[in-house]
Amino acid sequence: MRVMVIVKGDKNSEAGILPKKELFAEMGKFNEQLAKAGVMLAGEGLQPSSKGKRVKFSGTTRTVIDGPFTESKELIAGFWLWQVRSMEEAVEWLKRAPFDGGTEIEIRQVFEAEDFGAEFTPELKEQEERIRQQIEKQKAS
Amino acid sequence: MTATDIHPTIEAVWKIESPKVIAGLTRMVRDVGLAEDLAQDALVVALEQWPNSGVPDNPGAWLMAIAKRRAIDLFRRNQLLIRKHEEVSRDLEAKQMAVPDFDAGIEDNLGDDLLSLMFISCHPVLSTDARVALTLRLLGGLTTDEIARAFLASEPAIAQRIVRAKRTLADAQVPFEVPRGAELAARLSSVLEVIYLIFNEGYSATAGEDWIRPGLCEEALRLGRVLAELAPLEPEVHGLAALMEIQASRMKARVGTSGEPILLFDQDRAKWDQLLITRGLAALERAERLSVARGSYTLQAAIAACHARARTGDQTDWSRIVTLYDELAELVPSPVVHLNRAVAVGMASGPAAGFELTERLTSEASLRNYHLLPSVRGDLLTKLGRLAEARAEFERAASLTRNTRERELLLTRAERLHSSH
Repeated sequence: MRVMVIVKGDKNSEAGILPKKELFAEMGKFNEQLAKAGVMLAGEGLQPSSKGKRVKFSGTTRTVIDGPFTESKELIAGFWLWQVRSMEEAVEWLKRAPFDGGTEIEIRQVFEAEDFGAEFTPELKEQEERIRQQIEKQKAS
Repeated sequence: MTATDIHPTIEAVWKIESPKVIAGLTRMVRDVGLAEDLAQDALVVALEQWPNSGVPDNPGAWLMAIAKRRAIDLFRRNQLLIRKHEEVSRDLEAKQMAVPDFDAGIEDNLGDDLLSLMFISCHPVLSTDARVALTLRLLGGLTTDEIARAFLASEPAIAQRIVRAKRTLADAQVPFEVPRGAELAARLSSVLEVIYLIFNEGYSATAGEDWIRPGLCEEALRLGRVLAELAPLEPEVHGLAALMEIQASRMKARVGTSGEPILLFDQDRAKWDQLLITRGLAALERAERLSVARGSYTLQAAIAACHARARTGDQTDWSRIVTLYDELAELVPSPVVHLNRAVAVGMASGPAAGFELTERLTSEASLRNYHLLPSVRGDLLTKLGRLAEARAEFERAASLTRNTRERELLLTRAERLHSSH
C-alpha cells in the first residue's frame, strides 16, 4: 500500500525560513534510511503559500485567490509518498523522523485498485483458501 | 494501547528490523539458520514484553541485544559441553565453538551484511524454490504462512522447505560474505533471478484463478529497490529495478472489472502509473550510464520503456524494439526471446514477416507446451485473415495455459473468430 505523509505548514515554513543545518542533515539521513528500505517513492517540499494560488468554484464562476493564506496549520509544507506493507509500518517509520516542537505529521492511505495492495480483501483471501485446498487435494490424489 | 492493538505494530517492527537483525547475527555466529532462530527468540520475548512495556525507542537494537544475549548463553553452554567431552577434537572447538565477536559494530557493516544475506538466501547450492522461500522469509520478514498463501502451498510444506534450505547451507558451509571477482557476476544473477521470479509469480500468476497476486509484486519491487541501494554500481541491479517498476506501472490497466486480463494494446494508458514509469525510466538511465553493454534485464527494461513512452499504441517505436530484441537474442538465445522478437517484427514489418518467424519456432521442443506460441500465431493469423487457422491456434493456447483467467480470454478470442467467420 501507499501512504502520503503530509507535513503541515507553520510560521517558519510560511515565512520561507529553511530548517536549521542540523535538522537538514538529520532529515537527509532519515530520507536515506527510507530509500535504503525501499520505502520512499517520492517526496517534495513546498514553497510558502504566498507564492500559491487558490481557485474557487461556484457554478460557472472561477475565482482566483492569491496567497498567502491564513490558518498555517491547514496548509501543507511538504509531503512524502511511501510504499509500506501496513499502516503500522508507516507509523513506525514516521516515529523515526527527526521532527520536534509539537509538530504534527499526518499519514493518509492512498486509494489504489483493490487488487494492487498488500492487504487482501476477505473475498480474495477466501478464494485463495479455496484454491489452496484444491491444490492440496490434487497433490494428495 | 491494549495487547491486541500492539500486535500489528510488533509485526510491522519485525518486518522493518528482522532482516538487519538476522544479517548482523549471521555475521557473528556464521550460521544463518541459527541466526534466524535467535532472532525469532527475540521476537517471542518482544511479544511477551512489549504489550506491557510498549515498543522501545530503538526496537532494532532491543531485538538485537536480546538475540545476542541468547547467542552468548548458547555458546557458553556449548563450550561447557565440550569441556566435559574432551574427546571432541580441539580443532572443532576452535573452529566452531569460539564465542564470536559480539561487539563488532552493527551499523558499520549493515549494508554489507544485508547484501550478504541476500547472496546467501539465493545461493546456487539451494533449489530455486528454496531460494525464493528463504529470501521472502529472511529479507521480507514474511511468515511461513504468508509465503504459503502467496505460493498456494501448504504451510508445513513451506516450513519444511525453509528448514531444509538452512540445513543445506550449514552442511555446505556456505560463507557469509559478498562474493568478489569472477564469482560476483554469477551469484548476483541468481539474486536478480530470484527477485524477478517473485515478481513474475505475482504479476502473472502461473496457476489458479487470479491473474495477479499483488503482494508478491510489491515485495519483489521492494527487494529490487533495496538491492539497488545496496549495490548501486551494478548496472543489472538497476536494470531489474527499471523492468519491475515499468511493468508494475501497468498493474491497474491489465485487469478488467471482472478480473479478466487486458492485453497491452487494449489497455487504457491513462491508467498506467506515471510515478512508477518515471522511477523506471530513471533506473534504466542509471543502468545504461553504468555500462555500455546492456545486460538482459536492462534490455528488457529498455523494451518495456518503449511501450511506457508511447502515449498511444500506434506511437510505439517497433523498429527500436526489434533492434533491442536482436541484442537480447544474442545475449539470451532462448526461443521465448525469438518469439517476442517475432511479435515485434510482426508490428514493425507486418504480420506476414512475424508469422514467418514463428514457423521456425514450432519445431522448438522447449516451446511445445508454451501457450504463448499458439497465442501469438493466432494473433498474427487473425491479422492475415486466416481465421480458421487462427481459431485452432487460440484453442490450442487455451488448452495449454494453467491460468483460468487467461484460458477464458483465449477461448473468447477463438469464439469470436468462430462467429465472425
